[in-house]
Amino acid sequence: MTRRVGFFALILVLTLYCAGPVLWQLLTSLKPDAELTTIPPILPVHPTGIHYESIFTSHPMLRLILNSTVVAACTTVFSLVIGSLCAFALAALRLRWKLLLLGVVLTVSMFPPIATASPLYIIIRALGLRDTWWALIAIYTTFSLPLSIWILTNFFRQIPREIYLAARVDGCSPFQAFYRVLLPLSAPGVAAAAILVFIFSWNEFLFALTFTSTTASRTIPVGIALFPGLHEIPWGEIAAASIVATIPLVVLVFVFQRRITEGLTAGAIKG
Amino acid sequence: MTARDRENGLPFVLPAVILLAFLTIYPVLYVLYLSLQRRLLIFGISRFCGLENYIFLLGDGRFWNALKNTVYFTTFSVSLELLLGLSIALLLNRDFAAKGLVRAVVLVPWAIPTVVSARMWEWIYNTDFGILNTLLGQKINWLGSPDWAMHAAIAMDVWKTTPFVVILLLAGLQVIPRDLYRAARVDGAGRWQTFRKITLPLLKPVILVVLIFRTLDAFRIFDAVYVLTGGGPANTTETLSIYAYKVLFQTLQFGYGSALAVVVFLCVGAISVVYVRILSRGVKL
Repeated sequence: MTRRVGFFALILVLTLYCAGPVLWQLLTSLKPDAELTTIPPILPVHPTGIHYESIFTSHPMLRLILNSTVVAACTTVFSLVIGSLCAFALAALRLRWKLLLLGVVLTVSMFPPIATASPLYIIIRALGLRDTWWALIAIYTTFSLPLSIWILTNFFRQIPREIYLAARVDGCSPFQAFYRVLLPLSAPGVAAAAILVFIFSWNEFLFALTFTSTTASRTIPVGIALFPGLHEIPWGEIAAASIVATIPLVVLVFVFQRRITEGLTAGAIKG
Repeated sequence: MTARDRENGLPFVLPAVILLAFLTIYPVLYVLYLSLQRRLLIFGISRFCGLENYIFLLGDGRFWNALKNTVYFTTFSVSLELLLGLSIALLLNRDFAAKGLVRAVVLVPWAIPTVVSARMWEWIYNTDFGILNTLLGQKINWLGSPDWAMHAAIAMDVWKTTPFVVILLLAGLQVIPRDLYRAARVDGAGRWQTFRKITLPLLKPVILVVLIFRTLDAFRIFDAVYVLTGGGPANTTETLSIYAYKVLFQTLQFGYGSALAVVVFLCVGAISVVYVRILSRGVKL
């Protein structure tokens, strides 16, 4: 009995440790400025939506959300289309230098982003793509490819080869066998990869900071990092913006906890 | 078209290969070339200078300081994450009510944007109004004092990335056959012995993989610390990536900044080679 109590006490501590800082930020976002500088009380005495109102009226939060959504959504689609085609070839087709390609994919996933920031800056500028969605979409797609390829190759390999061969015998071209048979069978893998790529693009900061310069393409993390404070830091508004940026991810985590776990383990351990 | 031609995978991998070649391989070669140049973007200066940047780097105290900070950060954050992650994974590796819910909560720090977590912790660490000082009844300037700032950054990183470690270790724990534990109990092994003789050896490959991922990630740390402290106070939290970023995009010295970036790249490469060696040796044994 005491052991059970001890166990649940530990679980409670763990939950508080993980969720506490986020909950604290939520409480902060609901407090009027006067209450921010006094603790106790912990809970807001006069909860207010003023900071949320402010980030949408006096700050371009809506535009930041639009930028982040477009960039993350396009990246997810492109990364999965290109990645799944490549993973299919790696898992089922005849390909020269298969090992070399796998090696490159693995190596690229280890590249420190800072190592490619300066040449990418020059390339993006030369292409006239600075401060556009396309710069971020192209770069995020490329840098998330190793993840998509890795997860999907693992899923395609788990499908018995006979299924692919049967589809071919029935008259499917390799491409038809891929998108009519193998892809639907790997739906969990596709979902896992999509969620991870989406989270990566939604959260990425270094490239977003480097390649955006106005609200035309600035994403939420950059907006939050550069949150303007004329005289003092606007903690309430930063907290509100943080909560807005976090909500989609918390929803993803609670709905797709299992998929995320699968994706992370497929991406890491089986490699 | 013959059947054999149709089985050719080349058209399928081509888009991925083109993107990877153009936006990762080419930039890496380009950064090497840039690092051999004296290039100041604002003055339009651009000329070949051989190894000058690298020679300058050897005598650059700020570089050595950044390297030291990066190694310190990596060592302590990764070890703490591994210890904490292993404890949490062992705790969660059993059946209990609301298991899925608890796992989802554990994933939250990993999922939220790094920038958001940095801002959150900045507020928690706030000297005058932060909840940490309130709880401790102190007035410690966590982010403004050279003694505390790095440790505050490490604590934040541990909070943010331990979930990743937990998830991978949990997956590793779940593959260990239950029979082994039952057999150990029959043989009269205690909990500590079971952990030492069964769990740890069987978990070793997963632990190594986690170590690789976390070390590489921690070594190239940028966003978390950049937003939390900006590298300050007095450069005590300036990591290699932050220093390289400042040289590249704040002072626009593309030549020297690229040399710094190449050094980060080489360090990361060296770390992965060492780990892969250890890993492949471990697998053979």
